[in-house]
Amino acid sequence: MRVNFTVNGRRQEADDVWEGESLLYVLRERLGLPGSKNACEQGECGSCTVRLDGVPVCSCLVAAGQVEGREVVTVEGLADFARQRAEHGGCASGACGTSLQDAQRWAAKGQDSHTGEGTELSPIQQAFIDAGAVQCGFCTPGLLVAADEMLERNPNPSDADIREALSGNLCRCTGYETIMDAVRLAAARQGEAV
Amino acid sequence: MDFLRPASWEEALAAKAEHPTAVPIAGGTDVMVEINFDHRRPEYLLDLNRVTDLTEWEVGQDTVRLGASVPYTSIMENLRAELPGLALASHTVASPQIRNRGGVGGNLGTASPAGDAHPALLAAGAEVEVESVRGTRLIPIDEFYTGVKRNALAADELIKSVHIKKADGPQQYSKVGTRNAMVIAVCAFGLALHPETRTVRTGIGSAAPTPVRAKAAEEFLNAALEEGGFWDNAKIITPSVAKQFAELCSGSCNPIDDVRGTASYRRHAVGVMARRTLTWTWESYRGARRTIEGAA
Repeated sequence: MRVNFTVNGRRQEADDVWEGESLLYVLRERLGLPGSKNACEQGECGSCTVRLDGVPVCSCLVAAGQVEGREVVTVEGLADFARQRAEHGGCASGACGTSLQDAQRWAAKGQDSHTGEGTELSPIQQAFIDAGAVQCGFCTPGLLVAADEMLERNPNPSDADIREALSGNLCRCTGYETIMDAVRLAAARQGEAV
Repeated sequence: MDFLRPASWEEALAAKAEHPTAVPIAGGTDVMVEINFDHRRPEYLLDLNRVTDLTEWEVGQDTVRLGASVPYTSIMENLRAELPGLALASHTVASPQIRNRGGVGGNLGTASPAGDAHPALLAAGAEVEVESVRGTRLIPIDEFYTGVKRNALAADELIKSVHIKKADGPQQYSKVGTRNAMVIAVCAFGLALHPETRTVRTGIGSAAPTPVRAKAAEEFLNAALEEGGFWDNAKIITPSVAKQFAELCSGSCNPIDDVRGTASYRRHAVGVMARRTLTWTWESYRGARRTIEGAA
């Protein structure tokens, strides 16, 4: 079947989708967006977290056909998504977003320990780099999407709020402390900017 | 496989009537796991995401009509006052990502003995509203679970909503697992005080082939509370009463040994949770009584 939906602000169309296929598979294998990671395939690890109509979900548990006509934001579009939110409170014109080509070529270009200058990264991405919250990097995309959504909802999170918001994302390398540091850092910078 | 996408409840019922083997999918947090792991290859998937009525709820005089697809996150955020036990249970479901998608309708459809919502529904008192092209019926929650992952639904029926009694007293929920998030219950316990009818109701999860009430324990406690005039004098529950209640709750279990825990541990833990939740709810009831009397 064919699935039409919006990915990172742009209309996309996926063809020859099997009816039992997950949104994650469509993103990775049909659209060439491997940022969302495929690990447990049962909603345990959170590595495949994306926003579906603004809500964080495990894309491995969304059937492809369920996203018809809906909006998905992946980690590849997170920088642009965060910029639109900061500048315009979201994308009003419909002309923003990240093209499939740009998203496929997307790579982190951090401004090592400089903040507010790097346009290629969202604040949460820069904070993860600055706090050393990335080791193997496999869980990072899911954590970024989940953490960014929490900071959008809750600009001044307590440690308990952060832990709860990230409780569905497993990391097996850094041991979470640097991840906590990164989210606190992003929250603090967000507070300074206002 | 065919993917059916009804745009309305009526279309969904018609599709289910035409294809009784169709597997309904809403949040997908159970169904997609089975498909991803090749445990299930349904001929038809019946997507309910476009049926927006299912994500609505309505607070009535005595009950809340909770749409089958209302996500757990919404229950936690919006229905804590009316459905405190279910709101607590909802908060123990998996992770934020899963709570954003999954709902009580799916828990009922899957009918796993470990489903987190079941003990809370049993304790509060509820009826499941199911419908087919033949008509609607309300199934009392006590008659809904018929076996391990089996329920009282006919092949052409879909779960529309759950009518849950609004809390008329304190409710509690307790769950045993290895961590707070992302845990299938080793066992779980729900308890609701119903001061209006001077009764107590319970629900036990993951400690029998189906979710069950501890009916003998309820009857014992109802009689003990009545006899001691506890509802009026709001005294501290006698330790011997709490102890016997806990033992009777353990006795209502019919658990198995599995990877998550042994049968004897489950029996023990249910007793502990029963005693604790009774203490918590009763202290809350006493506190509320004191406040009312203090104001009078």
